[in-house]
Amino acid sequence: MDMLSRVADSLYWMSRYLERAEHMARVLDVYVSEQLEEYSGAGDRRWRSVVDSLGLEAPSSVNEGNVGYWLAFDIANRSSIVACIMSARDNARNVREQISSEMWEHLNRLFHQVRAASLTEDWSADQHAFLTEVKDGAHLFQGITDSTMNHGEGWHFIQLGRFIERAVSVSSVVDVHFRDHMPADDGEHHEGVDLLKSCTAFEAYCKVYTAELKPLRISEFLLLNHEFPHSVCFAVDQVEVALRALPQSADRRIGGKALRLAGKLKATLTYGQIDEIMTTGLHAFLAEIDRQCNEIHVALHQIYIEYPIESAIEV
Amino acid sequence: MPFPAPFQQYSLGEAYDEMFASVGEPRPHFQALFDRLRELPMAELRRRKQTADQTFLHQGITFTLAGRDEGMERIIPHDLLPRIITGEEWAVIESGLTQRIFALNEFLGDIYTDGHILNDKIVPRDIIFSCRHFRREMRGVQVPRGVYVTVVGTDLIRTPAGEFVVLEDNLRVPSGVSYMLTSRQVMKRAFPDLFQTCDVRPIDHYGQALLATLREQAPNNRSNPTVVLLSPGVYNAAYFEHSYLARQMGVQLVEGRDLAVHDNIVHMRTTGGLRRVDVIYRRIDDDFIDPLSFRPDSILGIPGLFNAYRTGNVTLANAIGSGVADDKALFAYVPRIIRYYTGMDPILENVETMLCSNKAERQHVLENLDKLVVKAVGESGGFGMLIGPHSSAREREEFRAMIEADPRNYVAQPTVSLSTAPCFVDGSGVEPRHVDLRPYILHGEKTTIVPGALTRVALRKGSLVVNSSQGGGSKDTWVLN
Repeated sequence: MDMLSRVADSLYWMSRYLERAEHMARVLDVYVSEQLEEYSGAGDRRWRSVVDSLGLEAPSSVNEGNVGYWLAFDIANRSSIVACIMSARDNARNVREQISSEMWEHLNRLFHQVRAASLTEDWSADQHAFLTEVKDGAHLFQGITDSTMNHGEGWHFIQLGRFIERAVSVSSVVDVHFRDHMPADDGEHHEGVDLLKSCTAFEAYCKVYTAELKPLRISEFLLLNHEFPHSVCFAVDQVEVALRALPQSADRRIGGKALRLAGKLKATLTYGQIDEIMTTGLHAFLAEIDRQCNEIHVALHQIYIEYPIESAIEV
Repeated sequence: MPFPAPFQQYSLGEAYDEMFASVGEPRPHFQALFDRLRELPMAELRRRKQTADQTFLHQGITFTLAGRDEGMERIIPHDLLPRIITGEEWAVIESGLTQRIFALNEFLGDIYTDGHILNDKIVPRDIIFSCRHFRREMRGVQVPRGVYVTVVGTDLIRTPAGEFVVLEDNLRVPSGVSYMLTSRQVMKRAFPDLFQTCDVRPIDHYGQALLATLREQAPNNRSNPTVVLLSPGVYNAAYFEHSYLARQMGVQLVEGRDLAVHDNIVHMRTTGGLRRVDVIYRRIDDDFIDPLSFRPDSILGIPGLFNAYRTGNVTLANAIGSGVADDKALFAYVPRIIRYYTGMDPILENVETMLCSNKAERQHVLENLDKLVVKAVGESGGFGMLIGPHSSAREREEFRAMIEADPRNYVAQPTVSLSTAPCFVDGSGVEPRHVDLRPYILHGEKTTIVPGALTRVALRKGSLVVNSSQGGGSKDTWVLN
């Protein structure tokens, strides 16, 4: 059966919001546990860095004391974890008949759990348990999705939402990290551990490079590694695979645009060398990735979702 | 013999009781349930009730309370115990409804074309032309196979004498069938053993039957027609049902923004381009379906849809303008309509209905406001209603003024004591509550009624209002072989 454009759009956003909630939960969990060890003073710089790395701008009312609440529970913040899960679930609700019952039931249950937690519990009560619930919930949803839904068109839109979001959010975390911690080959590396952990990458990194943490290797791993599922390169590979699997548009003018953009970005990451990237400027490189991901997103919408009627009337 | 546990709080009143013929004596078809309930400890019943509620919540079988926090959804209150109907009782309901829907469909075809029934003065013209749901735009429009009503939900109640009578018809966009289907799934888990002993007739084929009926009505007999279900969208109270039925049928669930009309052909917007649509099972009222033909402020509708429909390029189920046949004032004429088109007496009687537009009847109504139920003709969902015996003097005065100002808009019925059925009440056991019955009729080439229904129950003790918007709940309905 053909897929409604609106449905494709909702699947994409459902998945993108959930990926975002999971990413935020991870970054916040790392921040929360690091808070326990940190001596006072560095706190203000640190929480601002967390907010920046998530690509957010905090209103002036947010401070070190309430930033966790604002990022996790506050639905007035449209990007908070609870708000993201709510948006993911609203999108899923829009397309209930397109996803498996297991997917819907799980996401709906996750929503009710986090919503209830945010209404009844104090944020400072059990932060780790809440964040773990979110991460587990998102992982489980991914597993349920992969094992209960046809790996057809809809599933590919889910993949696109997940991996475009992942490419953007991982490059943003890396960007802010190296902005705030100038790469040096010696010194304290606990920030490096935190960066890896916020991308679930610490153990995977150690298997490749051992526990010897070097900024160059960390950035190489998070940006260019082909096998690690949270690297930017891996995410872009998946985006390209998904785009290739979608039906090609009849409209030749824009039909191949998204695929061409993804192929180009993939080549940049596949053939990129970390020392070159560092020499020419990591920030500029990451900004370019962000821009290209956004272009892919826009092209995807032009081709499959918001095309003009006149150009698409069947002959 | 008194009522044994868990029925100690049970009492029999003037109403017909579905379960007990007399104190402590269950009717034969309720015997198995009776025996089972006597064995089950209260804690076990409570556990099953909680499991059932959890299932409803997790499947998202919920409705959102208007004006409340968006995230907070409630499940439709559901009673744990089934309402059981015998095969003989069902046969009467089935033949009565088949006859009734046939006649109402004929009636619609007649008034939108030649108007014989009006010329023969069986139904007065003014009652048709003053009806809010009459669509003069439909005059002379050819609907495929002459089918105006495809999906109907008719509300029946049981009189103290045990007879089923019709309380009202729903011919526009009747809802609730998804509760009938899902509550059956839940009940199979709650009482698997009883299902086997009771020999309950299955209802799971409703989706296939609905799809087959819709496909039959494709315009110009187009082969392999594309059927879609048109919903107002996720914020509609019945959205769960729309989504559920689309899945049961395997058809696209579309919203107005998914459809576009070009050269009087309806297309839907897909990722692979535009696709032609043949049959639309619409769950949007006439008023909102096409801003060019009806309400211009509708953002749910599809501009140009009515022209495509009039041209015969797309079928709408139910047809535009079918609401005229469920007008509460017309209701009083339905027995005459049945006799006119079938030549036979109605198998199911109507609840007696007085028209306030008729001077003598109005006089009677105004003198007996404290005994009658007064209804505004165009309303549904239990709104615009005065229940005389439960009303205050002030409410009666308000209705008196409204009736005198616009008599055509009001009808009155005697306060009928709905039958009672056993319900699980946590903390006290099993108690009687008032219920009605809404079977769903599919009308096309032939008439199909799956052997089941939505039993709506007034969960508050003594209450006669079963509407879900007013504290009503639902029960699974078992039709036995």
